[in-house]
Amino acid sequence: MTLEEEISAPQRGRGLLRAIFRSRNLTIGLFVLLLAIGMAVVSEFWTPYPPNALRIRDKLQGPSLAHWFGTDHFGRDVFSMIMAGARNSLEVALTAVAVGIGIGVPLGALAAARGGWIDGFVMRLTDLAFAFPALLTAVIVTAIFGPSAVNAMIAIGIFNIPVFARVTRGAAMGLWKRDYVLAARCAGLGDAAITWRHILPNVNHVLIVQATIQFALAVVAEAGLSYVGLGAQPPQASWGKMLSDSQTYIYSAAHLAIFPGLAITITVLGLNLLGDGLRDLLDPRVRRQR
Amino acid sequence: MQRIFASSLAGAILLASAGGAFAKDTLTAGEVLEPPGLDPTANAASAIRRVTYANLYEGLVRVAEDGSVRPALAESWAWSPEDLAYTFKLREGVKFHDGAPFDCSVVKFSYERAVAPESVNAQKGLFEPIESTECPDPLTAVVKLKRVAPNFLFGMGWGDAVMISPASAETNKTNPVGTGPFRFKRWVQGDRVELERNPEYWGEPARLSAVTFKFISDPSAAAAAVLSGEVDYFGQFEAAELLDRLRADPNLHVEVGSTTGKVMMSLNNARAPFSDVRVRRALAHAIDRPSFVEAVASGYGLPIGAHQTPAEPGYVDLSETYPYDPDKARALLDEAGVKPGTRFSIVLPPPAYARRGGEVIAAYLAEVGLQVELVPMEFAQWLDQVFARTDYDATIIAHTEARDLDVYARDFYYYNYVSPEYKELYQKYAGTVDDEARLELLGELQRKLAEDEPNVYLYALPKISVWNKNLQGVWRNLPLPVNDLTKVHWAE
Repeated sequence: MTLEEEISAPQRGRGLLRAIFRSRNLTIGLFVLLLAIGMAVVSEFWTPYPPNALRIRDKLQGPSLAHWFGTDHFGRDVFSMIMAGARNSLEVALTAVAVGIGIGVPLGALAAARGGWIDGFVMRLTDLAFAFPALLTAVIVTAIFGPSAVNAMIAIGIFNIPVFARVTRGAAMGLWKRDYVLAARCAGLGDAAITWRHILPNVNHVLIVQATIQFALAVVAEAGLSYVGLGAQPPQASWGKMLSDSQTYIYSAAHLAIFPGLAITITVLGLNLLGDGLRDLLDPRVRRQR
Repeated sequence: MQRIFASSLAGAILLASAGGAFAKDTLTAGEVLEPPGLDPTANAASAIRRVTYANLYEGLVRVAEDGSVRPALAESWAWSPEDLAYTFKLREGVKFHDGAPFDCSVVKFSYERAVAPESVNAQKGLFEPIESTECPDPLTAVVKLKRVAPNFLFGMGWGDAVMISPASAETNKTNPVGTGPFRFKRWVQGDRVELERNPEYWGEPARLSAVTFKFISDPSAAAAAVLSGEVDYFGQFEAAELLDRLRADPNLHVEVGSTTGKVMMSLNNARAPFSDVRVRRALAHAIDRPSFVEAVASGYGLPIGAHQTPAEPGYVDLSETYPYDPDKARALLDEAGVKPGTRFSIVLPPPAYARRGGEVIAAYLAEVGLQVELVPMEFAQWLDQVFARTDYDATIIAHTEARDLDVYARDFYYYNYVSPEYKELYQKYAGTVDDEARLELLGELQRKLAEDEPNVYLYALPKISVWNKNLQGVWRNLPLPVNDLTKVHWAE
């Protein structure tokens, strides 16, 4: 494998777009993500009805022209709540992934660059973190610091840290043995500079794919925490909370469970497809296998 | 070999379960809240009484389903107006579950312990009229009062006034010992309390051989437990929206009766801005009670306007004292100098009326410009932080005690409501014997509360219970926050 092939980015510009549309996974995934982001952004300044406004007289209506997804047990418009919930889900998931990247990537890069006891120490820390089921970690954190959307972000972020540390270390380890790294070292660059200029640019495709997958997991985790009451607190609309509220209405108003359930499923499915598509597009090994 | 063993085991299980279906004599009862301990004389939580009252502990008298006072450990009693004394004739041969005998010395111990300075009894006021308790012989207890106290006998039927053996008084919290038809078997914390029949009961023995109280605070889990038959009886079912579904189940019976529970938003009257009556009235005007009941309990519950339900004597309908009027609420807030955007928090214990009710109230108060932070809290922490230490702004809770207008006349109660006029009025009521005058005074007390609105009164909590169709002897109405299962049995 030559240096050129290793670091050359995939087709740029129009070529990239064409590559995206050639992959069905990528197209669907990207469409779903953009839809979710669109709903979240629009919900900031417009929803069909205020998502927190109670209209108890109109409670538990089925889907209609006036209320596309019906109304809930307080008469709130479910579609508006789904829109506002999208913002909550994306915000929590994005922050959680950012926390994971912000701490996990430097840790992993450090472990790869230094090796030795530092590597051992960082990896044992991640082992420790992995020993706890991810959702359990999040439940512990929110149980200690109290339930709120911010704490949910931190909790989900914490279990993202070891994931990114591992992935970064794994991808970076191999690179440190490469000739161009040796060359950079001969040119007088230190560990930090080599990591910044030569290692990270060559692991970022792995990180992008991993980030997409973690994003999907974070959306599910947020919904799970809100479902058990440890995530977003009312009056903030949240898909997980909508699901948990809908439980006792399942016989009389199934739409209360169906729409938030669909919102979570579609978003997560879309993100996973996007992750698969990105991996196909960005990972040279997968590309070559085709 | 293994297969033979497995199939015979399966056969045995089948036989055992079939046998069980014919002669089931145990009961699993679902409860929303887990009690913080099992000693009703040491803590205010009605969850304790809902497990132990009449089942495990008994007092000299007991309150029946219709609210009347009936004999329990006292066979009979006589009131002597000249001596201001009740003479209780005690039952013979009564033993505590640990074998300790019951006699007048136990009565004296129990009552004196309740009023002792170090007593943690939640209803000391019930015992306050007692001047002395004397024992002319082991089976006679003479309770002398300081003055005429018509509420006294009813109070002695409360869970707070049960008989406690000196030997087990200190350990009742975790290992309750009473005289009741059931005795304590074990408590698996976070899950259930198990009771079993007391074979040495003095009276008619319980027909159930064992009762398990299972604690399920999540309404949908409660519904699942009832529908699957995991729970035979749920005494305070919260998911009213499921009642149509449950009624359609041929195995279940649904009953909507009354309780003396008052669902309210309690306010910390010692804290600004709730120390200002205009603010409290504004809050009352800001909430549409009928809609609140519709949203929180599918319409099961009658709006109230004071600390009294129609199930208690002397009820006056004051629910329209502060009709829904957001404009008036805003004006009152403005007058009191409460700026739009003012923040405060509402603590929400686990029951659905609180968790759901908090969301509804937050939305109503947002309409009048108040920002509410909702703080969900476990019950044990609520009892400590809100009820004991009054470290809160507002909370939503049902006060389930019956005829408990005295709490506003106490020197300390967690609302921190101070009103010498109310106190005086209550003392007048407590000392009045004439029935008509008493009812009149009860009305005045309620009107005074509605006027001062120390708390925002929301609705009377109904007793929504669901039980297996074959179960008999279950209480339909609750004159006290209890769960008397002593007469419950399965149909033959």
